[in-house]
Amino acid sequence: MTITDVEVKAIELKANDIRQTIIRMLTAAGSGHTAGPLGMSDIFAALYFHVLKHDPKNPDWAERDRLFLSNGHIAPVLYATMAHSGYFPVEECLTLRKFGSRLQGHPERHALPGLESTSGPLGSGISQAAGYAYAARMDSPPAGGFRVYVATSDGEHDEGNSWEGAMFASAKKLGNLTQVIDRNFIQIDGNTEDVMPLEPFGDKYRAFGWHVIDIDGNDIRQFVAACEEAKTVTDKPTLIHARTVPGKGIKSIENDYLWHGKPPSKDEEVVFLEELSLAREALLKAGK
Amino acid sequence: MINKEMHLREDLFEGKEKSPTRSGFGKGAVEAGKADERVVVLSADLAESTRADAFQKEFPERFVEVGVAEQNMATVGAGMAAYGKIPFITSYATFSPGRNWEQIRTTIAINNVPVKICGMHAGLLTGPDGATHQALEDIALMRAMPNMIVISPCDAEEGRKATLAAAKNGLPTYLRFARDKTPVMTTPETPFEIGKAQIFWKSKNPKVAVFATGPLVYNALLAARELEGHGIGTAVVNVHTIKPLDKELIVALARETGSVVTVEEHQIMGGLGGAIAELLARECPTPIEFVGIQDKFGQSGEPKELMEHYGLGVSHISAAVSKVLGRK
Repeated sequence: MTITDVEVKAIELKANDIRQTIIRMLTAAGSGHTAGPLGMSDIFAALYFHVLKHDPKNPDWAERDRLFLSNGHIAPVLYATMAHSGYFPVEECLTLRKFGSRLQGHPERHALPGLESTSGPLGSGISQAAGYAYAARMDSPPAGGFRVYVATSDGEHDEGNSWEGAMFASAKKLGNLTQVIDRNFIQIDGNTEDVMPLEPFGDKYRAFGWHVIDIDGNDIRQFVAACEEAKTVTDKPTLIHARTVPGKGIKSIENDYLWHGKPPSKDEEVVFLEELSLAREALLKAGK
Repeated sequence: MINKEMHLREDLFEGKEKSPTRSGFGKGAVEAGKADERVVVLSADLAESTRADAFQKEFPERFVEVGVAEQNMATVGAGMAAYGKIPFITSYATFSPGRNWEQIRTTIAINNVPVKICGMHAGLLTGPDGATHQALEDIALMRAMPNMIVISPCDAEEGRKATLAAAKNGLPTYLRFARDKTPVMTTPETPFEIGKAQIFWKSKNPKVAVFATGPLVYNALLAARELEGHGIGTAVVNVHTIKPLDKELIVALARETGSVVTVEEHQIMGGLGGAIAELLARECPTPIEFVGIQDKFGQSGEPKELMEHYGLGVSHISAAVSKVLGRK
């Protein structure tokens, strides 16, 4: 799957739309996480508009690729992307975290069609995705036609369960599993390397027996290429080690860990949306 | 006297036939595996001890070793169940559902996928391993969890049936098993249905209802026989399913007898006694005496001496019956 310049541009525009929706939904909710969702908007746009095999009108399609979101607190980027893909109306995003909403503060599998699992408590996504990938491969003939993806965060690699899952996936040679890690170097209490150092992160995964691809996670071409490369590795799971910029798209908050777990204020919403609108216009102009 | 409808063993009171309830799991898992190819068994480095090895021998391709990693076992199991398998995850109860409680809550119970959590070495029957390995809080951990079924078989035969029933119920389910050999009371003809408590013994004119769970049902029966000899009539109920509780039968017997004793190898707080007290306080306030662990941890020792030390012996049950009669 090569990707053309036109396709990249289209995904970049989608990522911008997703970022604007994230800002609006978080401001309306009055709580939630901003930095992670903005940092992962490019990857989620690429997943839903290019990489994943899925059908918004048929969320239970048997041959869909499975995407497990492990770090459930970045739910706004998942919801916004699903909405822009056609799973539900974009305006429903403004119900995030409200009573009776399908968009629970952390994703709840039974609340919204299209979610593979419930998540929020950290460190459990790799194992679930690995269990799913393993079960699919157990069948005779192995269940084919889809791949299992899991999106994780760097902070949640403080959890032992993450590494237990990483060991399991490697031991069982799960070539049908791709992990995408949001390596943004921040967590709630500070920078990851100050809170609990994770480096050399990629090498740790290599030592655990994974195929590791290091990319700039805000570069759509690199991400799509990495997803393609992962499919060619059949005897081990793949980690797409994506260096992302937390808060990407809003210059004043980029790389600031204080934005990990808070929403924009009403005033900030206006300023942030303006910045994103200008970026969108610039993108459109650059294409002409 | 023994309730004939339950088809209990004729030689029940001789206590000749003994087997650990975990062996019932081993047999049940193999039978469940034969009946349904979706059944898989996961082990956290305790295959022999949990009797998961029986399944491993029969179906090596459906046996999954995860190493000493109970959190991983629960979450891998959740993923396999989401795909469509029926995973039985096996370890000691202090580790699973002890160590991995949150993983069970989020990925199994909230997701509502049919993983069967099999907690072995529950209770003082674990013996010499000591307090760290004697699960006395596991029922409370699982009872408080929405969507979770909680089953505590009274003997190996019932353990086999409970395993088979759990494989078919399509729900998150906790199964509690013990290490040491205990008397087999039931037979293949004894009925078993999740959620249906069973009257094993009923005197002509019962004055006390004794609700017991797990292998201690045997001690309750011994106490009932002894009490009948002294002219005190009781009913002994095997409450193998602690959640959902058989409310109808428990309330009816509490009304009929007017006093209740609960018996369990578990902390009184949050266990069978707690469940029955919650029910009767609402439906039919009744004096209750609780035979169980009194907010303590266990210690090393032979199961029999531990049972006596912690107040779970036949004499303790008889004493509780006498005491509750005095409160009527």
